Amino acid sequence: MNTTIMLFLVQDGITNGAIYALLGLALVLVFAVTRVILIPQGEFVTYGALTYASLAAGQMPGTAKLALALGIGAFAFDLFVARKALHGRLILRSILTNIALPAIVLALTVYFAAQKPPVAVSIALSLVIVAMIGLYLYRIAFQPLAHTSVLVLLIASVGVHLALQGLGLLFFGAEGQRGPAVLSGAFTAGALRFTGQSLTVYGITIAFIVGLWLFFGLTLYGKALRATAVNRLGARLVGIRTTLSGQIAFLLASVIGALSGIMIVPITTLYYDSGFLIGLKGFVAAIIGGLVSYPLTAVAALVVGLVEAFSSFYASNYKEVIVFMLLIPVLLLRSLAAPAVEEEKD
Amino acid sequence: MQSRLPIIVFALVMAAIPFVPGMPPFWIVLLDNIGLAALVAMGLVLLTGVGGLTSFGQAAFVGFGAYTTAVLSTAYGLSPWLTLPLSLVVSGSLAVLLGLITVRLSGHYLPLGTLAWGLGLFYLFSKLEFLGRNDGISAIPPLSVGSFKMLSPGSIYYAIWVAVILSALLTMNLLDSRTGRAIRALRRGHVAAEAFGVHTPRAKLLVFIHAAVLAGLSGWLYAHLQRAVNPTPFGAQAGIEYLFIAVVGGAGYVWGGVLGAAIVVVLKEVLQSYLPLILPGSGQVETIVFGIMLVALLQLAPGGLWPWLMSFLPERTSGKKPDTSLKLEQRTRSPGQSSILLQVDKARKQFGGVVAVNNVSFDVQAREIVALIGPNGAGKSTTFNLITGVLSASSGSISVLGSKVDRAPPQEIVKLGISRTFQHVKLVPDMTVLENVAIGAHLRGHSGPIASMLRLDRADEAKLLAEAARQIERVGLADQMHQLAGSLSLGQQRIVEIARALCVDPMLLLLDEPAAGLRHMEKQQLATLLRELRDGGMSVLLVEHDMGFVMNLADRIVVLDFGTKIAEGTPATIKTNPEVIKAYLGVAA
Repeated sequence: MNTTIMLFLVQDGITNGAIYALLGLALVLVFAVTRVILIPQGEFVTYGALTYASLAAGQMPGTAKLALALGIGAFAFDLFVARKALHGRLILRSILTNIALPAIVLALTVYFAAQKPPVAVSIALSLVIVAMIGLYLYRIAFQPLAHTSVLVLLIASVGVHLALQGLGLLFFGAEGQRGPAVLSGAFTAGALRFTGQSLTVYGITIAFIVGLWLFFGLTLYGKALRATAVNRLGARLVGIRTTLSGQIAFLLASVIGALSGIMIVPITTLYYDSGFLIGLKGFVAAIIGGLVSYPLTAVAALVVGLVEAFSSFYASNYKEVIVFMLLIPVLLLRSLAAPAVEEEKD
Repeated sequence: MQSRLPIIVFALVMAAIPFVPGMPPFWIVLLDNIGLAALVAMGLVLLTGVGGLTSFGQAAFVGFGAYTTAVLSTAYGLSPWLTLPLSLVVSGSLAVLLGLITVRLSGHYLPLGTLAWGLGLFYLFSKLEFLGRNDGISAIPPLSVGSFKMLSPGSIYYAIWVAVILSALLTMNLLDSRTGRAIRALRRGHVAAEAFGVHTPRAKLLVFIHAAVLAGLSGWLYAHLQRAVNPTPFGAQAGIEYLFIAVVGGAGYVWGGVLGAAIVVVLKEVLQSYLPLILPGSGQVETIVFGIMLVALLQLAPGGLWPWLMSFLPERTSGKKPDTSLKLEQRTRSPGQSSILLQVDKARKQFGGVVAVNNVSFDVQAREIVALIGPNGAGKSTTFNLITGVLSASSGSISVLGSKVDRAPPQEIVKLGISRTFQHVKLVPDMTVLENVAIGAHLRGHSGPIASMLRLDRADEAKLLAEAARQIERVGLADQMHQLAGSLSLGQQRIVEIARALCVDPMLLLLDEPAAGLRHMEKQQLATLLRELRDGGMSVLLVEHDMGFVMNLADRIVVLDFGTKIAEGTPATIKTNPEVIKAYLGVAA
């Protein structure tokens, strides 16, 4: 192997690693706040990517309709829960967030899809659509289960993943798609060629990590989320609405997922079911980070990206096996190093 | 003890089904598949629902069982009946190997670890030459008895369901035994179980092996039903599906596994065959509907369907009172031994920069009640944890009957005759009081898991339950013996903990705030009980905040403040000690 190939692999690994880092961060966030191991994270990635690609190609993405359908479902759940104490303001607010918003977005999508929108509009629409899907999913699938065990939440999460993946096939077909570059152009530095796309990936990843750090460190909502993550009951006692925390977590996770998808789809062809594997690798990073630490997750994600890049060069057949088997020694070390604290389970 | 009648009825119904006239052969195929899935799910019930160890990797063990018999019966021409034990041994021994790595993982790492090797093994199945790579192995011989070959789904049906029902019986026998109680205690954390001598890593490995062997059995049957194997049904997807089955059915219940298998297999079949008629053309509609129904099912019955169904049946408060005339062997107490039972010598425990216990020395003599008092945060519970081996001291030493036990784990300490209760009650809430208390007698029974499964442990078991019942009567909870521990008041739960500690047949009883949450009368009864125990030859070391209770009961009092011993003496001297008054009331005027 010469230096050029090595540098190329490193660059490739870092680009992928940056995306795994974002996904890992989202997984950590959702798990810490809601105890849900977010398997559908991968679907947020594909939905974001393929919605963007469809819009850019001037096609109407089915996800916009799904958002409205889920919104109606969320509205129904809201009504059902509040059936004993219904009042006008509550209904109005629920209609606005759950029905009016997706309906407007759907109208906009129909309007723009017909005339091949500019890249920025496609990105904005894709992000909003997937964000709404994330939000309503939490309302429908996970909020009613918030009190149950991690295992039940995990199985529900698998159920959501299956449904979303099936819907993905329905919306986008079995064909893979690619989207236009977010930032075109490229420059070379020595042997390396930096595309605008890869620079976007680095920039957005760093911006998100800093943004999350500021959000959790400085804002009241961020602190409320952290409080919920540490102790749900305690957070409720001091007046934090844990459902709101869950909604924010899912909103952030779906935006992060969609954004990752939009960043990948100009580089790699994505299929309706590609998200699962991409999500799993973010997952590997999140686990190495112990499902709690953001910086460690980011570093681990870079390692996962690099390992993947190098093993695809040396043993492409066993690429996935190597990435997943990487977990076992890490898990062992982590659980041996972890202090023997008594866990109070359900 | 559960009644056997429903199981016999179930077995008879299952046996009669193939003889129902006009029974479509396709239904028999479905029942075969249900049985195969139920075997794996049953293992998961034990592993996940009862033991609290979530595994995504069970499909890999099904694969081990299937591939073992496939290779041996095709390439080496072995009879399928010979490969059965080999399949089980292969699954079991690989479970030991994987289990040794995996069960050490704690918390959420465990399921993820199983997912990792589940994925890895799937790739291995599809890459290895002698397993036929992605094509797998075909032309596997059918099961046969004499000249009768089980070629049709209807003939192997009996083999499958005999395996299911036998496995269910063996699994239920295992759960209702000394080993079973240890397994059922796993989910609630390991400290309490270890304090009574349970080797938690060994118990975890045991359930891991049990689940793997059941999965291997399912794989063996699968190979001879399909007469061909390929890697697809042993991947991560299948591993996740088995977990579904267990959770949907009710992860804590053996029959929940069977029910879950029936629901999931039938649901998938119905969706696959009828949905395209309703919504034609589209590809994966059944996956979508399946996913949605799964979430809906969990929202309606988060505990699974079996307990939900059972809640409609009239409650059965059965439970025979054990025959308390059966006696366990008692600890030999030689009167000539040194009268110092427990010697704590300059014990010190630091957590980082915090000194929780600062060079504390005291002793407990035979037939003595010693109270350890002090304000909150004085280091009393930490001292308890040092004595019982939950924590190891940073320096100093602790001896029992003259021999040092500094580094001994809790399981060794309890063997020496020191048993304890916990400040925060650590009972298994979904086990009866009797079963909880019987955990205390764990070390006084000897039956292993195999004996328990085959019901060879009944004599041993009767003695253990008799001892538990005796101790429950002794502490005055005979009426609550068959209630679930979680349904008792906190004060009663503390008393249950005392009964459990007494089951050890201890020389020294360590009680951490036993009187908290008790009413006045109950406190007096407790004091009377403790005096009786002392007069019967036992020593008691207790931590307590209720000064009236302590002063009337204790022979000697040790006072801790900020981790340091500030006073020791009889209740009368402690009451007037200026240091003690200062510690409790602030600087004396």
